[in-house]
Amino acid sequence: MKSFTYERPGTPAEAAAAVSRTPNAKFIAGGTNLLDLMKLQIETPTHLVDVNGLGLDTIEPTPEGGLRVGALVRNTDLAADARVRRDYAVLSRALLAGASGQLRNKATTAGNLLQRTRCPYFYDTAQACNKRQPGSGCSALDGVSRQLAVIGASETCIATHPGDMAVAMRVLDATVETIDAKGTARAIPIAAFHRLAGDRPEVDTTLKPGELITAVTLPKPLGGAHIYRKVRDRASYAYALVSVAAVVQADGSGRVAFGGVAHKPWRVEAAEAEMTRGAKAVTARAFDGAKPTRDNAYKLKLAERTLGAALTEARA
Amino acid sequence: MKFDTPAGQNPIDRLKVVGQPLDRIDGKFKTTGTAPYAYERHDVAANQAYGYVLGAGIAKGRVRGIDTEAAGKAPGVVAIVTTLDMPKLGLGRMNAANLFGGAEIQHYHQAIAVVVAETFEQARAAAFLIKVDYVRAAGQFDLAAVAASAKPVPGDSGEGSGGGGEDRTGDFEGAFAAAAVRFDETYTTPDESHAMMEPHATIAAWEGEKLTLWTSNQMIAWTKGSIAKILGLPADAIRVDSPYIGGGFGGKLFVRSDAVVAALAAKAAGRPVKVALTRPLIANNTTHRPATIQRIRIGATKDGTITAIAHESTSGNLPQGKPETAVDQTKLLYAGANRLTAMKLAHLDLPEGNSMRAPGEAPGLMALEIAMDEMAEALGMDPVAFRVRNDTQVDPGHPERPFSHRNLVGCLELGAKTFGWDRRNPKPGQVRDGRWLVGIGMAAGFRNNLLMKSGARVRLGRDGVVTVETDMTDIGTGSYTIIAQTAAEMMGLPLDRVVVRLGDSDFPVSAGSGGQFGANNATAGVYAACVKLREAVAQRLGFNSADAVFEDGAVRSGNRTEALAQAASEGELVAEDSIAYGDLAKKQQQSTFAGHFVEVGVDVDTAEIRVRRMLAVCAAGRILNPKSARSQVIGAMTMGVGAALMEELAVDTKRGFFVNHDLAGYEVPVHADIPHQEVIFLDEVDPQSSPMKAKGVGELGICGVGAAVANAVYNATGVRVRDYPITLDKLLERMPDAA
Repeated sequence: MKSFTYERPGTPAEAAAAVSRTPNAKFIAGGTNLLDLMKLQIETPTHLVDVNGLGLDTIEPTPEGGLRVGALVRNTDLAADARVRRDYAVLSRALLAGASGQLRNKATTAGNLLQRTRCPYFYDTAQACNKRQPGSGCSALDGVSRQLAVIGASETCIATHPGDMAVAMRVLDATVETIDAKGTARAIPIAAFHRLAGDRPEVDTTLKPGELITAVTLPKPLGGAHIYRKVRDRASYAYALVSVAAVVQADGSGRVAFGGVAHKPWRVEAAEAEMTRGAKAVTARAFDGAKPTRDNAYKLKLAERTLGAALTEARA
Repeated sequence: MKFDTPAGQNPIDRLKVVGQPLDRIDGKFKTTGTAPYAYERHDVAANQAYGYVLGAGIAKGRVRGIDTEAAGKAPGVVAIVTTLDMPKLGLGRMNAANLFGGAEIQHYHQAIAVVVAETFEQARAAAFLIKVDYVRAAGQFDLAAVAASAKPVPGDSGEGSGGGGEDRTGDFEGAFAAAAVRFDETYTTPDESHAMMEPHATIAAWEGEKLTLWTSNQMIAWTKGSIAKILGLPADAIRVDSPYIGGGFGGKLFVRSDAVVAALAAKAAGRPVKVALTRPLIANNTTHRPATIQRIRIGATKDGTITAIAHESTSGNLPQGKPETAVDQTKLLYAGANRLTAMKLAHLDLPEGNSMRAPGEAPGLMALEIAMDEMAEALGMDPVAFRVRNDTQVDPGHPERPFSHRNLVGCLELGAKTFGWDRRNPKPGQVRDGRWLVGIGMAAGFRNNLLMKSGARVRLGRDGVVTVETDMTDIGTGSYTIIAQTAAEMMGLPLDRVVVRLGDSDFPVSAGSGGQFGANNATAGVYAACVKLREAVAQRLGFNSADAVFEDGAVRSGNRTEALAQAASEGELVAEDSIAYGDLAKKQQQSTFAGHFVEVGVDVDTAEIRVRRMLAVCAAGRILNPKSARSQVIGAMTMGVGAALMEELAVDTKRGFFVNHDLAGYEVPVHADIPHQEVIFLDEVDPQSSPMKAKGVGELGICGVGAAVANAVYNATGVRVRDYPITLDKLLERMPDAA
């Protein structure tokens, strides 16, 4: 871990200003991902701006009938909130499928959105990785890729977004609220929040430098059956091979997003028109253009069968 | 004490303390943080500095230069030692790769520098400033690709589980060709990591030319000898102390780089240095269980009598390394007049493969016991009945050698009855419970019992407390407790009147912990020392030692009773002895046996596999402490589930290293993966093994578990997977339709 300076600003705008004006600065909240990455010198910030004292830790109803989740609401609290469990169960279930109880107690809503990939080559500083060190190459392309992306990947990077929460937020059409150094707020639809790797795999999101997440807003409840199905090699404490977040209505229509398959939570709205025709039809459309490796081709079949399981569960 | 005739009646047979399910005597220290592990020995040497090991970033080649200028100027840095500062150091016992020194890189993350600083964080930050100039060389990293070039080789796991290269009895090829029912399949097992909780760690301190290592190691005397050889020191200049060990599983049998670089760093720094290998280094810097490719052929008559059996295994290693002895159990487990076992070893430039819990048998049974399941099905026989049909009471390759005691059939039959085997549907894919396809499977377990010389010293103090000293280690197994039980039983004391001190090379040399030989041999060594102490006590008290009864803190003979402490009233009594073995194990085969039964559920949609029930029935001689023995077996069963379903060091065959080198990437079972586990020990003794009449049990628990899980998955789904680990991607294409 490189030495770094540290400050605790008083307001969100001050925090954004502090990160904007200090070269190589980062926000820190729960630290469950950033600190690990700093120990391995995958992240090497020279200045940390601690946002934990800024409030931003409440869940409030919105005038539109939704919920506004503060950036610093801990994953445990968000998953346990009675309104979330009642109206956005897919989100609660996704959170509880992630990490461990101890990590969820620390991890925040904003930090969860910003967690970095778990590609093993990203984690080994002796290996080429365009996400860690732009221009160095991608060892995963011809390396071990069983966990990695099957769609939306590029020639520069086949990493996946490893999270669960964001997959549920994507299916709910959440909005990410931010503030910048000038105090200007903006709202980013979750669909536009995470980037595909393209030729800039080192940039995970569309946040501007210094821009601070203040909240995530959930639109008014969708109703329907809320399913989060996470498939993994062991029963707990593992990243998804494939996950499915689905909200299915009584008439069989609905929405679905997939985790563990792409650089971002993967949702193809056009594919949802096929929901009433079953999992095979939906996944054929959602994964049109997929380019799996030999190691991870199974994910296409798995996505189809996992969605099938989710639809069965929704009907039950 | 020479043990060369079967044990008769002795004081252990009273079983007042031995054989009782007693709590660990070190449990209170472990649970209160007062059992310090190597890295936590803050009090043993003042002014400790922190060392951080830098591992090579290439798999093969050499180091042309190391630039330490920036690192040397970094805050807090005390010293830097690089591999170019000295010639290649020699190999320690059973090391295949050099641990430090010289320019050659033999495997990824080989130690090439250690940075010493005032804090761990400073040492780590400085290590990242070191610039290394490598010359890369091409290497061989893919076992499947080089298997054809593998050479026949004799093998020895280093734990006594030895075997020749090719071993033949009768005419295998002829009998196989003539067999009414023939079976021929190939299985693979992956590289696995020990993944113990406590990383390899050492504090090193020099006093003049004397070196002390506070470390975490299973084999104290081996370590002392290896360090002497590697560093060119006389053995009596070295002390090794390892009283508490947070798991080893074979990964700490031999000296590793933490101990060597700590010693070099302490010398360079001129003060004590502590070094722990970071988690990302452990997979590639230390040893692992090597991957295997195993071909098994079985020929049988229509009624299921095996007439021909062959087991051939290919593994890879560095040039100095040994093969994985995966064929060993096949020499002994089942009858059959015509037999072939053979091993081949290929050159690989991956990190060195070496012993991991039940080396040989663990991966060997993962293959053999699927083959037995497949053969039973081909014969239309019940898998339990097929194994019972082919039981043998003699070493099938040397029929003049009986087993000392063998009740595999008892394990299988009691296991089948207890588990409800008769409710298994022999037709796969038939049982459904909600979204789960349910199946049950079984396998035989087998692991040899190894005899190793083992010594101990016992002291009777004026306060009547008996203190045992031996360099035996407790790697979480319960050695402290069973040794205390042994001394308490022998001296007629309650457990709380015995103190046990372990893991110090100043104590008598013991068997150490490995190959499931620790418990029987180390307690037998304590038995021998106690026999001597009893003689000394009897003499001091004026008793004839043959008549004296040691009981309730007193010694009694005829009408006279004296307090045991009375014997030490004029000063401490000390006795030292060791158990040494004659040729009993040559005349009769000593082995341990188990029946493993597993029920799994396989998700009908996703093919996720979850274990629902497990049972092990074990026959391993006298069980010294049923509570700690059960802990050993359920831990081993858990490890067996890991091997069956998830554990795999993923090889980057282009870059030559294990990529999933942390505990997020290398998955082992978590609590949610492990259901209720039941363990039954058959009530038996084996007088051929030692005066304790016990045998090993700590590795028996893993042997066969993987195949029992695999067979249950087949029973649930009808999909046979022969490549471990059995992950859902290997089932998915062949899964029955979900509807």
